[in-house]
Amino acid sequence: MSTRLQTKGRLVNRDRQISFSFNGKRLKAYEGDTLASALLANDQMLVGRSFKYHRPRGVVASGAEEPNALVNLGEGHRFEPNARATTTEVFDGLKAGSQNHFPSLEFDVGAINQHLSRFLPAGFYYKMFIHPRPLWKHVYEPFIRQSAGLGKAPDAETRDPDTYEYFHAHTDVLIIGGGVAGLTAALAAGRAGAQVILCEQTADWGGRAAVDGDEIDGMPVEEWIKNALQELESMKNITLRTRMMGAGVYDHGYVLCYERLTDHIGPSEGPRHRLWKVRAKQVVTATGAIERPLSFAGNDIPGVMLASAVRDYAINYGVSAGDRTVVVTNNDDAYRTAIAMLDAGLSVPAVIDVRATPDTPLIERVKSRGVRVMQGMAIAKVKGGKRVTGVSVCSQAGEGAVLEDIACDVVAMSGGWSPVVHLWSHCGGKLTWDEAGAFFRPDPTRAPLSFDGTPFVIAAGSANGEMDEGAVLADAYTMGQEAAKRVGATPKGAAPTAKDTAQAPLLPVWMMPQGASYKLRSKMWLDYQNDVKVSDVQLAAQEGYESVEHTKRYTTLGMATDQGKLSNINGLAILAQELNAPIPQVGTTTFRPPYTPISMGAIAGEAKGEIFQPLRRTPMHDWHEAHGVYWEPVGHWRRPYCYPQSGESHEDAVNREVVNTRENLGLLDASTLGKLIVKGPDAGKFLDMLYTNMMSTLKPGRCRYGLMCSENGFLMDDGVVARIDDDTFLCHTTSGGADHIHAHMEEWLQTEWWDWQVHVANVTEQYGQIAVVGPKARDVLQSLGGMDVSKEALSFMGWADGTLGGIPVRIFRISFSGELSYEIAVDAGRAQELWELLHANGQQFGVMPYGTEALHILRAEKGFIMIGDETDGTVIPQDLGLHWALSKKKADYLGKRAQQRTHMTDPDRWLLVGLETVDGSVIPDGAYATGEGTNANGQKVVQGRVTSTYYSANLKRGIAMGLVLNGPDRMGEQLTFLKTDGTAVHARIVDPVFYDKEGVKQDV
Amino acid sequence: MSEAVSALKSAEYQGFARVSECGLRGMITVRGDLASRKLTKAVEDATGQQMPKPRMVNTDGPSGIAWMSPDELLVMVPYADVTGKLAQIDKALAGEFAMAVNVSDARAVFALNGNAREVLAKLSPADMRRSALPAGEMRRTRLAQVPAAFFADADDAFTVVCFRSVAHYVFDLLKAASDPSSDVGYF
Amino acid sequence: MLILHCPNCGVMADETELTAGGEAHIKRETVGSDDAAFEQYLFQRENPRGVHFERWRHTSGCGKWFHAARCTASLEVFGTYPAQTVEPPKEITDKITAKRPGWSWRSFS
Repeated sequence: MSTRLQTKGRLVNRDRQISFSFNGKRLKAYEGDTLASALLANDQMLVGRSFKYHRPRGVVASGAEEPNALVNLGEGHRFEPNARATTTEVFDGLKAGSQNHFPSLEFDVGAINQHLSRFLPAGFYYKMFIHPRPLWKHVYEPFIRQSAGLGKAPDAETRDPDTYEYFHAHTDVLIIGGGVAGLTAALAAGRAGAQVILCEQTADWGGRAAVDGDEIDGMPVEEWIKNALQELESMKNITLRTRMMGAGVYDHGYVLCYERLTDHIGPSEGPRHRLWKVRAKQVVTATGAIERPLSFAGNDIPGVMLASAVRDYAINYGVSAGDRTVVVTNNDDAYRTAIAMLDAGLSVPAVIDVRATPDTPLIERVKSRGVRVMQGMAIAKVKGGKRVTGVSVCSQAGEGAVLEDIACDVVAMSGGWSPVVHLWSHCGGKLTWDEAGAFFRPDPTRAPLSFDGTPFVIAAGSANGEMDEGAVLADAYTMGQEAAKRVGATPKGAAPTAKDTAQAPLLPVWMMPQGASYKLRSKMWLDYQNDVKVSDVQLAAQEGYESVEHTKRYTTLGMATDQGKLSNINGLAILAQELNAPIPQVGTTTFRPPYTPISMGAIAGEAKGEIFQPLRRTPMHDWHEAHGVYWEPVGHWRRPYCYPQSGESHEDAVNREVVNTRENLGLLDASTLGKLIVKGPDAGKFLDMLYTNMMSTLKPGRCRYGLMCSENGFLMDDGVVARIDDDTFLCHTTSGGADHIHAHMEEWLQTEWWDWQVHVANVTEQYGQIAVVGPKARDVLQSLGGMDVSKEALSFMGWADGTLGGIPVRIFRISFSGELSYEIAVDAGRAQELWELLHANGQQFGVMPYGTEALHILRAEKGFIMIGDETDGTVIPQDLGLHWALSKKKADYLGKRAQQRTHMTDPDRWLLVGLETVDGSVIPDGAYATGEGTNANGQKVVQGRVTSTYYSANLKRGIAMGLVLNGPDRMGEQLTFLKTDGTAVHARIVDPVFYDKEGVKQDV
Repeated sequence: MSEAVSALKSAEYQGFARVSECGLRGMITVRGDLASRKLTKAVEDATGQQMPKPRMVNTDGPSGIAWMSPDELLVMVPYADVTGKLAQIDKALAGEFAMAVNVSDARAVFALNGNAREVLAKLSPADMRRSALPAGEMRRTRLAQVPAAFFADADDAFTVVCFRSVAHYVFDLLKAASDPSSDVGYF
Repeated sequence: MLILHCPNCGVMADETELTAGGEAHIKRETVGSDDAAFEQYLFQRENPRGVHFERWRHTSGCGKWFHAARCTASLEVFGTYPAQTVEPPKEITDKITAKRPGWSWRSFS
């Protein structure tokens, strides 16, 4: 069983005991424990089930590479699946649970899959679920969805109560990894005077050196780490961060770092995670190395662990994974585990070493303590179900004939070490195969390049392929200095030193024993989480998969949440062997960020709740809010949709507002309308190019409605242009168009007609804009006094400056409703004041504010088009019968040439008409009119569609506009529109102007 | 007669930095040839400040000139004076290819005191190190999802300018970013 | 996530402060152009693996357009220059020639 040792554990505080729960069981831990070490201390080796076969899974590793120990954390609003127990720090009250099992971790019915594993080989899903096709939707897909995913998704009703944020940091050098290599590189770069950020993903500095190391600079490793930190902390140019992982390296020195601020203490004040968006001139990846598992039968049984992890738990946390540890290895390093176990007073029945190698100091040390070292040997199979009970030993050279059984409860395996090259590779850094170490290492001649074409990532220490401490320190110091040099600093000081223990070369062994039968190979796990075995990769190769990227997707090797940190090299070595190709030729799969999963909260940053999105408020926002508004989001704006009175439905409110505006007086907040000032000697010429109609002939004091098209000829915006003086125009755009039409104007001025003398300014938000609409509009303005608003003084399509009730205003006599209408622009700071004044004085005239829905109905009654309803980016002005707005006098305007293209002049384009339902009902928006027969795809032929449709309270019937094939030539003809429920509605083609066809009401 | 009001009516928040809405500021966007002597004189006369170098801001209290782009300045004056100053600039620029428009009501202005660089670095991708953004330099950038501009004075207090419609959003952003439990300790 | 030097205001701008504007140095075709020339203008674009000329706008910044000469494979930026030109400046084409001998892009080389 696994348990807490008497020895102290360097990272835990034995004076502070805390309690946590696992699957509802209350357990004890010490401050400093990871969830994995605490579970092991409580003899909880079984922590989960694998994805495909639901095999029992135990802790394998001690760090970010862990594939098995994935748990649910927290509950309710803070529930989170798939947290790695090895990187989760335990705090008092932490609640964890195992996942992917039913009904319980100990007894799981899904485990039946493992007995079916012969029928669930590589590519099973692709082979099984392809035929017969009709079964996909109702049988296969629901089945796969049911069994997909490891952890459970958080309840849809929960809301993450925590906050998150970004932090943009710019620095000379970013060093990722706070082991001795990272510390050394930081010393080198820091002493040179470069500005440095050094980050470490765990809570502790020094990495694994303190577990394995002997001495640095003649002192114990821990002491050296303390001194190094002291020196780094004393330097003002160095920022040190723990619990911050380098997650991804991107273009031009952009690096995402994931800082976990409160995960180790539980729910607290302040942000939970902070996503650092670092811009570094140089990035040093001192990310260390990861030990590789060995492939032998039963290597997935709980209790089979990485050799380094077994000693990490003992030395760092004072936790033994078991009493009897068999070490199995192809290198010297694993012998350190045997020594650590012996030092902890535990038993090591044997070290099984596939090599036949002369004794080196490490082997000597193990042997001298009476441990049996079995050379040239291998594990034939591991015995046990939910826990290792022993191993059967065989000769590595043979086919697995068992020579001997050894009882044990832990198997500590080591297949050598692979540098963590992920961050080096994210942005295009290339790798080279290291024959001696049997690993891929960064190729410094093919580093990721920055904007100036120079390399910006440097690997240091083990991440650079140096596996001995002395070499690591020397390399890291050199690389830290190199980073400093590249940012213009001058290297100083000398590298720390360590004596290396001589080691015998590693023997690359990718399968154990060498001639293992299918039966054994089908029990050799490569990917523990996704259940990919040696036999699966071999099958893929036999079926013709040669590319490692294809094999990965076919077998799902390395596609689990650990992204194959343990399995990839072993898997591709098996593939290479099977293809009879050298490993470097087979290559690796692509390393993609993030290094380990980061929270969705961190990705969203501050953008949640009230600040999820900018919400744009007009100057009268508070008034609307206080008067019972029902809001409509319009882009980022909030606009009043309607103002329901007590007991009134939205529909009733809209109908009331529509009728009142036609009969009495309505007030509309039109502030969101775009307002662009275009000024300069060439302003008229410029606007003649931008609008389809002529603007240069407009007289100062007058307004003109205009259309804007893109260079593709499509209608993009419309609005009223007012000429302020000879040189100055004020262009109104749609609410959604203010920013992009401003940008459109600047683009043409800056990039095409840069010699034209025109300036543009966006003054949209300088003004609140109030539409005063209805037969009593003039009366209310006159009651305020200050300027002459009579028909004579301010005629239709004119504008004037003046004051109203003492407030300076500019009034435009324009109408989007067909009523007598004044649009009043007022400085935003006084807009609400004017609105209140109009509302108060309007009482005697029956004033009511109206919202966007009433605005839409009023314009539809008049047959006025709306950008975004009648247009969708494929509609040209000709489609909408707006020929009158297309100047024939102008040689050119944006879109003119495009409108001459054959498709644009096709007589069969659908054209705008009005639609009047036979039964007076409202046609659903977007409904299509059916034609005769079917098209080439067997679909019903259509001959038109609805673009705007409303109930008109003034006409007391449904009205609509639509685009219809030859529409204007088919007046009175009846069309059939299909509803989504399969029924139909019949409508007659009519003139799109439904109300006041002569236009007398607006011009009084 | 009533007073014109700013978007947030001088709202305040105290976190590890202090966020205060400054009320209305007189602001005039001037576009034209910044090398023109006539234009230079017009804006210098209106503010009592010198024409700034590219990206720089010259201010004294409510009056100042900020370089916004190769053909754009932001002229700052007391809000009450803006109509008069605009007329003065317009007159001085007569006959010149240039434009001056009042944008005072289109903006919201915040003062950020305390560790303002840290607050802004959470929201903007700009390099907030003193070496990269010294006192008196205007940085036009974005704060989270909206455009904004800011500059520091000699005491490292920042003036932040954004559009009026998003004043509420920007205030909430600055509040969240200066939450007392969220200081980073980088600057 | 690129970082580009805005030649108009001098800021090293983050990609999130910029708006990409597609291919640079496109000549406008209009009324009077034949269909082939107009199609070329509206729709035909280069998509090279290597040297490319692009338009960018410093949107969350000075608001000005500029051009960038860039390698789409290595992401190296050979230079940025104001948009008011119909061809890349010689110093930039010289730099590209030094780094990518034999390059060509549309009519430039």
